Amino acid sequence: MTKTNQPLLALNDIVTKVNGGTPNEVMILKHLNLTIYDGDFITVLGSNGAGKSTLFNTISGELPVASGQIKLREKDITHLSVEKRTAFLARVFQDPKMGTAPRMTVAENLLLASQRGKRRTLRLRHLKQHMAHFKQLTASMDNNGLSDRLNTATENLSGGQRQALSFLMATEQRPDLLLLDEHTAALDPKTSEQLMAQTNQRVTQEKLTCLMITHHLDDALKYGNRLIVLDQGQIKYDVRGAEKAALTKEKLLSFFDTIE
Amino acid sequence: MSMIVSSIGQGLLWATLGVALFLTFRILDFPDMTVEGTFPLGAAVAVTAIAHGAGPLTASLLAFVAGAATGLVTGLLYTKGKVPILLAGILVMTACLSINLRIMGGSSNVSLLGKTTIFSNHFLQTLPKYFDSVLIGLVVITVITVLLIVFLQTNLGQAFIVTGDNREMARSIGINTDNMTMMGLMVSNGIIGLGGALIAQNNGYADVSMGIGIIVIALASIIIGEVVFGELTLNQRLVAVTLGSILYQFVRLLVLQLGFNTNDMNLLSALILAICLMLPQFSKALHLNHVLKKGVARYDEN
Repeated sequence: MTKTNQPLLALNDIVTKVNGGTPNEVMILKHLNLTIYDGDFITVLGSNGAGKSTLFNTISGELPVASGQIKLREKDITHLSVEKRTAFLARVFQDPKMGTAPRMTVAENLLLASQRGKRRTLRLRHLKQHMAHFKQLTASMDNNGLSDRLNTATENLSGGQRQALSFLMATEQRPDLLLLDEHTAALDPKTSEQLMAQTNQRVTQEKLTCLMITHHLDDALKYGNRLIVLDQGQIKYDVRGAEKAALTKEKLLSFFDTIE
Repeated sequence: MSMIVSSIGQGLLWATLGVALFLTFRILDFPDMTVEGTFPLGAAVAVTAIAHGAGPLTASLLAFVAGAATGLVTGLLYTKGKVPILLAGILVMTACLSINLRIMGGSSNVSLLGKTTIFSNHFLQTLPKYFDSVLIGLVVITVITVLLIVFLQTNLGQAFIVTGDNREMARSIGINTDNMTMMGLMVSNGIIGLGGALIAQNNGYADVSMGIGIIVIALASIIIGEVVFGELTLNQRLVAVTLGSILYQFVRLLVLQLGFNTNDMNLLSALILAICLMLPQFSKALHLNHVLKKGVARYDEN
């Protein structure tokens, strides 16, 4: 773990609420602090309702913060819109249906995502010029047949192919920060394992900064250089580097016992 | 023969509505009720402008602008005001009823008798009967269709398509879906306004009640096109709408020949549309596909 890495994203004293201002108001993130450094590959653990998805929605801008500050490098982005944040942020959802446009082809989806965060103009898209590149790109997610189906509407793809495509779409234009929201959870064990391995390969190879929510303790331990545990809207555990590498499932499980 | 030519002309003119509705109902997945107000609005604006001495082209352009402005209001109600889709359209459509009467100076019907319209051109007058509407309709729908096909191939057009296909995903790649929705509604209602202007000039009058039932007519041309031509690419589907619109006019002609009168047309249009919409269910229930396949395909596809 190099100490020279710069803070990429800092969440300072973040509070988010649902049904704010009503009698049903619930505080989800409770004065949460998190600093993400360049090159961090963070696995995020936590039970249901701990605030993992809320954390992601806060970073992406879907959910406004009640108080606190979000900083990207030195810039305050607390109130930046969802669309504007996509200039540096990419996301893969758990549901294979959410990440791709069903009636558009694989190539069309890839072309759309290659312009993530950019202004869409009246310039012709020139899909054909990109086909060779897309062929190469999809072939890098080998053995799921995606590269042979560039002209297939994504609604006709399998769940595994769709998630592989969603992952490619999120990373084809390098994001400063990648959010993976249990992106393998809806797949069968074999496909899930395959996509996890490909994810790990690409994230480490390209030195992407990445947050990955998972419910698999094994995956959380196996991948990444840092592990955090969320509980009741706060980060209760945060290990990195050698300390994380030395972490075992037993230790983690006994930690989970203490917070429940 | 002249009846058939007339039907083709009407089909081409009414196809503007089908193509416009295709943008909202099909691509944007936005059932826009505004159009029943925008259509007579376009007619009212054009007819009033012509009555006040404007040229027919200027008048038609004004109708487009008026339609687009109406679409923008519906879009703002839906995206910024969070009014439900159907209600946003119905509100604006209802407001249009009063506005249209205001524009037409309080009378519910304004005639263009003796005025210069887009159909008064010397060359058009030399053509056989009804060929003027065929020619004007053909030019207008061709220009609109070609422009739309090119637009949909641009980066902005693709962002528009993906907004209708998967709003969440569109947002996650930085597309402002609210703006796309408003743009679509403006273009669509602009074309509807233009369609209203053309049809009013073709009829020779504007009437406040001429918008009633037009959603069904426009949808019928879309659905007939889809039922008749089956699996098509997006560009082909746009062209199929025009062909569907012409087919619809043929059906209308047939029905009138059978002895029904024009007052029955709304009922019959609704029936035709309902039947077309239920066709997939019928064919499932009657195993039509299975029966058809059995004749030509091998034992079992699977």
